[in-house]
Amino acid sequence: MTPARRKRLQYQLMPYVLTLVLLLLWEAINRLTHISSVILPAPSEIFGTLMREHALIAEHALHTFVTSMIGFGLGVVTGVLIGFATGISPAIYSGIYPLLVAFNAIPKVALLPLFVLWAGIGAVPAVLTALTLAFFPIAVNVATGLATIEPEMEDLMRSLGARRDEILIKVGIPRAMPFLFASLKIAISLAFVGTVISETVASNDGIGFLMMAASSRFDVPLVFAGLFVIAVMAVAAYGVCSLVEERVVHWAFHARG
Amino acid sequence: MHGMSASTAAVVSEHDSAVVPQARPFVELDNVSLSFGGEQGLLALDRVSIEVSEREFVAVVGPSGCGKSTLMKLVTGLLPPSSGTVAVDGKMVTGPIKCVGMAFQNSTLMPWRTTLNNVMLPLEIVQPFKRERRQRRDEHRARAERLLDLVGLGGFGAKYPWQLSGGMQQRANLCRALVHEPKLLMLDEPFAALDAFTREELWIIMQNLWLRQQFSSVLVTHDLREAVFLADTVYVLSKRPGRVIFRKRINLPRPRSIAGSFEAGFVSIVHELRDKIVEARS
Repeated sequence: MTPARRKRLQYQLMPYVLTLVLLLLWEAINRLTHISSVILPAPSEIFGTLMREHALIAEHALHTFVTSMIGFGLGVVTGVLIGFATGISPAIYSGIYPLLVAFNAIPKVALLPLFVLWAGIGAVPAVLTALTLAFFPIAVNVATGLATIEPEMEDLMRSLGARRDEILIKVGIPRAMPFLFASLKIAISLAFVGTVISETVASNDGIGFLMMAASSRFDVPLVFAGLFVIAVMAVAAYGVCSLVEERVVHWAFHARG
Repeated sequence: MHGMSASTAAVVSEHDSAVVPQARPFVELDNVSLSFGGEQGLLALDRVSIEVSEREFVAVVGPSGCGKSTLMKLVTGLLPPSSGTVAVDGKMVTGPIKCVGMAFQNSTLMPWRTTLNNVMLPLEIVQPFKRERRQRRDEHRARAERLLDLVGLGGFGAKYPWQLSGGMQQRANLCRALVHEPKLLMLDEPFAALDAFTREELWIIMQNLWLRQQFSSVLVTHDLREAVFLADTVYVLSKRPGRVIFRKRINLPRPRSIAGSFEAGFVSIVHELRDKIVEARS
């Protein structure tokens, strides 16, 4: 192994090493100070709970995962549509953009009572919350990618006699792709946020509900186990988006600078 | 209004005598003015008249901010003049004209396309190539590859633009501008961002392309050696509002060489142009 490769491998392993060190530190502090597990359970205890209750946790995790993905999917569709319309037309841009920003300023939890009123408790308000959180970064990014074509590129296309739709297909859309994929990473994390928030107040399923129920029984290790699972799911989803991004718009990672 | 003096016209006509009578002007700007922001707006160009014959290479030089780039947009119809007329190939220019090649300082190659696919872009847009692009795909590809070979980029077609150096990007840029064999090539300081040696390399390549493909060309630059090296006729614009204050026919034999650009005849022309620019700036 060359020194350069060894160094790169070292850097890649760093976050895992750091995680392990932090967990060990946490375990050590717990054992030394005898903190009650109702306040802060040790990692070993959380892990034990995770093993023992894996069937229950898996069932709720799956529910949360599916709900988040539906919300994310709908968010991608609405985000791309709104972003596309906004990006290609200055008229629509000037009308919609301020409204988008205003809508984004609303705390989405404040919409939950409405969603529950309209759809009852369960997966539907969770999907809606995930959707309202996820679509915004996608819409803004797609619009930005389409609206910021370099004037020289546009001059070049026009001087070749390209029509507006040709400029859109050959320049606008490829150019917007890195913007889209960058926003997907953010959107998928937000979809999980939306789902779990909704589940904690308006659901009888999902990790959010599980954690809420466990905390009301002072089953704090289970609360932490839920937290751990939702974290792993969100990180994994982010990782998948990131991988797809590197594959599809690989050129964008080299083209800058 | 803006005090274009009679002396300006006199300076122009003094050097007009050497014009080759070979052909009708392919590009004709007649008393073209352009102001941004309406009648009372900022005047960028003031009654500019420029002629480019068929197969002539014209360079436009001037102090920065004299409206050189604006001139490019006027000729290609991307901007309408406020007054005066622009005609290309005997037709009045009223909108973006087709079948013109363009190259800018920023190479504007698309980072998502390989170099070869970048060069082939005009063939996907300009007729009749667009119509034939499915049946004649191999032919089009060969045409682009031949051009890349010609500028010394043979074998680099599969590379992405960001894998190429600045000089190589500009060579690919020239290929893209010429692949559809336009009758007019517009160059807006395409070599300005390159280092001195690479720039001279590109002059040679540009000259070879021009000698081979025989198109009219308008080069906007602030590099006087570049203008004299490449052009048949050099126009000097004044500072804003841009007016033509001098016109110089360059009768040096072709092909011109970099060594030749340090010889007395070449250097004296550069100095003459430089004096005019200094005048224009003051």
